[in-house]
Amino acid sequence: MFVSNIENIPGKTITTCYGVVSGSTVRAKHVGRDIFASIKNIFGGELKGYTELLGESRDEAMDRMKAQAQQLGANAIVNVRFSTSSIAAGAAEIYVYGTAVTVE
Amino acid sequence: MDSITIFLILLSLGFVFGKFAESRHYRSIQAREELLIRLPTTSCKKPIGSHASIGHVQLVCGHVVISVDYFKQMLAGLRNFFGGTIQAYETLLDRARREAVLRMKESCPTADEILNLRIETSSISKGSSSDRVGSVEVLAYGTAIYYQSASPQLPSP
Repeated sequence: MFVSNIENIPGKTITTCYGVVSGSTVRAKHVGRDIFASIKNIFGGELKGYTELLGESRDEAMDRMKAQAQQLGANAIVNVRFSTSSIAAGAAEIYVYGTAVTVE
Repeated sequence: MDSITIFLILLSLGFVFGKFAESRHYRSIQAREELLIRLPTTSCKKPIGSHASIGHVQLVCGHVVISVDYFKQMLAGLRNFFGGTIQAYETLLDRARREAVLRMKESCPTADEILNLRIETSSISKGSSSDRVGSVEVLAYGTAIYYQSASPQLPSP
């Protein structure tokens, strides 16, 4: 499956458009990571646990979006956008959306 | 008296380790940026120049979560009182964005170009003021393109 964040797939032509597909995950940090992060917050630097968590949830959101596109019969997703928002004190959402199309 | 001692210890720990971590991070960023300078990254939607044959297209991402140290957090709080530029947070955001872009580039070292770079920033320091974590998460993403034929200008590593 081709995925791009521009309006087309360079070198290919869009034949059919299926509309918007999206995927999202809401993630929370578990207590251990929270405690470690607050200790690390004294010294500064990268919070590896949170970085990992962000990567995992981003991959999951992408997979959900791709599955939705596949169900529609599309073979590419164009104009993909990411959006993050925090819902509550311990949780954050990652949302990814794009347009499912068929390219040749 | 005890709480003042703890406060001072935390402050000095943050100052020493934070400064060390930041300068080390900047050195690593500069070295890696020089290595990856051959991979053009733009926020344009069309490839630079006229390359007729594009073989493969791929969405690439890079992300990082970085926190400030205790000393800088205090400094920023103080600055918040008087107003003005909070330099401590400026360097934090600069480091985080450059790191995210670098990781994105490192995820596709054989690509020929990255188009439409977008950077998404959000802070995850939403806790109560007592146990909040002052950190920032940055997500950089773009479209990597690979030319079809063996392109003369870009030797793959």
